[in-house]
Amino acid sequence: MSDLLAALPARGKIALALVVAALVSAPLLVDRYVLSILLLALFGAYLGQAWNILMGFCGLLSLGHALYLGLGAYASAALYVKFGIGPWAGAFAAIALGVAAAAAIGWLGFRFRIEGVYFSLLTIAFAEFARIGFDNLPWLGGAAGFFLPVRAEEAGHWHNLRGGPIFFYYLALAMAAGALVLSTTLRASKLGHAFLAIREDAQAARALGVNVTRVRFVALFISAAMTALGGVFIAFWTNNLFPAQIFDMSRSIDIILAPIIGGVGTLFGPIVGAFLLVPLGEALTEALREFGLNAPGAKALVYGFLLMGIITATPSGLWPWLARKLGLMEKQP
Amino acid sequence: MSFSLYVEVLIQGVLTGLVYGLMALGLSVIFGVVRVVNFAHGEFAVLAMYAAFILFGLFHLDPIVASLPIAAAFFVVGYMLQRTVVQPFVTRPQHEQFILLVGLSIVIVNALLLTFGPESKHTDLSYSFDSYSLGAVLVDKARVYGAAAALVVTTALFAFFRYTLTGAAIRAAADNLTGAAVVGLDVKRLYAISFGVGLACVGAAGSIMMALTDMTPMLGPSLTLLAFTIVIVGGLGSMAGALFGGMLIGVAEALASVIASPSIKSMVSFSLLVLVLALRPQGLFGKAEA
Repeated sequence: MSDLLAALPARGKIALALVVAALVSAPLLVDRYVLSILLLALFGAYLGQAWNILMGFCGLLSLGHALYLGLGAYASAALYVKFGIGPWAGAFAAIALGVAAAAAIGWLGFRFRIEGVYFSLLTIAFAEFARIGFDNLPWLGGAAGFFLPVRAEEAGHWHNLRGGPIFFYYLALAMAAGALVLSTTLRASKLGHAFLAIREDAQAARALGVNVTRVRFVALFISAAMTALGGVFIAFWTNNLFPAQIFDMSRSIDIILAPIIGGVGTLFGPIVGAFLLVPLGEALTEALREFGLNAPGAKALVYGFLLMGIITATPSGLWPWLARKLGLMEKQP
Repeated sequence: MSFSLYVEVLIQGVLTGLVYGLMALGLSVIFGVVRVVNFAHGEFAVLAMYAAFILFGLFHLDPIVASLPIAAAFFVVGYMLQRTVVQPFVTRPQHEQFILLVGLSIVIVNALLLTFGPESKHTDLSYSFDSYSLGAVLVDKARVYGAAAALVVTTALFAFFRYTLTGAAIRAAADNLTGAAVVGLDVKRLYAISFGVGLACVGAAGSIMMALTDMTPMLGPSLTLLAFTIVIVGGLGSMAGALFGGMLIGVAEALASVIASPSIKSMVSFSLLVLVLALRPQGLFGKAEA
């Protein structure tokens, strides 16, 4: 927390305080629909931070983060439905499974020096593998989906993550805030400096005595664990899991869009990106409905053009540009 | 299961694999020269399938014959695309290139979805259900024609890179970019030509595929992954590798479909991918980096 405040100039501290106050009081101020959009943005910011630790800090491009999300979701959901084990305990299993998968990918990738685009493809391959595997796993519903029961007598059982929209909103807010604090602390730590050194030049980092493989493993584990925890959230929030959705390539793309659009490697980029992209998607749906163009594909078509436009116009992401304009620049630690 | 069935599946796999190989070759050329991963590759294949479908509907043009004009048109598209959209990204980080091309793939898929709807399409050719019989073994005519066409295009490409001045210049630029620029080659033009050639490959391959399978806009991402798998298994930058990788994956998937179930066939190719990455990261035909 102190690292977070230290990273910001005075104006930034005030702005952050205002944003936090607005988000905390949002359930009192806005309706259900706006709240659900805010929730999606917060959750996107959380997952974006998780991915950003691996790519933005350590320079490893994962295009298969849906793998950890799906494993976390299925692990916690299976324990809850099949064995009656609640999500808090399930979260440990989810993290363990996510880290185990990350260990397999990391072992292959780092042991055999699979780097750059090949590493990215390895992550895609694992995610696709899991998708097809779960599609063919009847014990967990297979392609037809796995459902968490929603029982009336469990309403308000917050200890089992059985709450309403406002409960999940605050949970998402806490997760996004926690991820921001963790990212800031990490980046100011010795480990964080090792991350950045490896991102800039792995060979030079190795020459300086950084254990590159170990540090990369740590970054991968942190990122995978956070994403798997996000999976627990999504399982208990949506109550249904489909391999074709949760493990899909498009899910991985969704996870990484926010931090890339917001600014890879920055602390606030994932947040800015998520709070731009999620409302943008919703606004597109609304606008197209106004014009009577709600045919399937119309929204995604415009969205695709917007992505190409944004990435062409702002190479390093929106946050660095925005921060400069508003005088909120985070200091480089 | 009888022995002749296995032989049949093997032959089908090889023939389909040659068409896959041609598609993957396009990806390999683009990455090998421009150093940009075309994440919209499978979507371009689907675009070519629709082009073939339309030509078939309008002029009753056989998709295998249509692969030539479609390849030519795709060359122009690729050339323009590299000149206008992709060129500024050549020196930018990989994840930004990724977003650009993912954006492009989203545009292609959804433009097709909007225009043609989600229904799967196929072409009824006079020889669609014909086959050659070699003893007890039956081989689809369409697959034989398709594989032959893929081989012709690949050979033409090979000749282009081997015997033309432009081809040699492209190989030079791929080999040593600075050196190529120093001796006065117009690298931007060579990049545009390479992207064009890459799309011509996928255009021809997509068109041929229209003669072999049903097609929907949603096929794009899986074809992109398929092309990647083939290129990595075969070895990036190796033309023979792409063809061989295509045949290997084609056979592996065909066998998996018959022995287990069609739904796990891409698991088999991903296993192959992981195996090759671990044991021989440069691919079966690739040269180890010095």
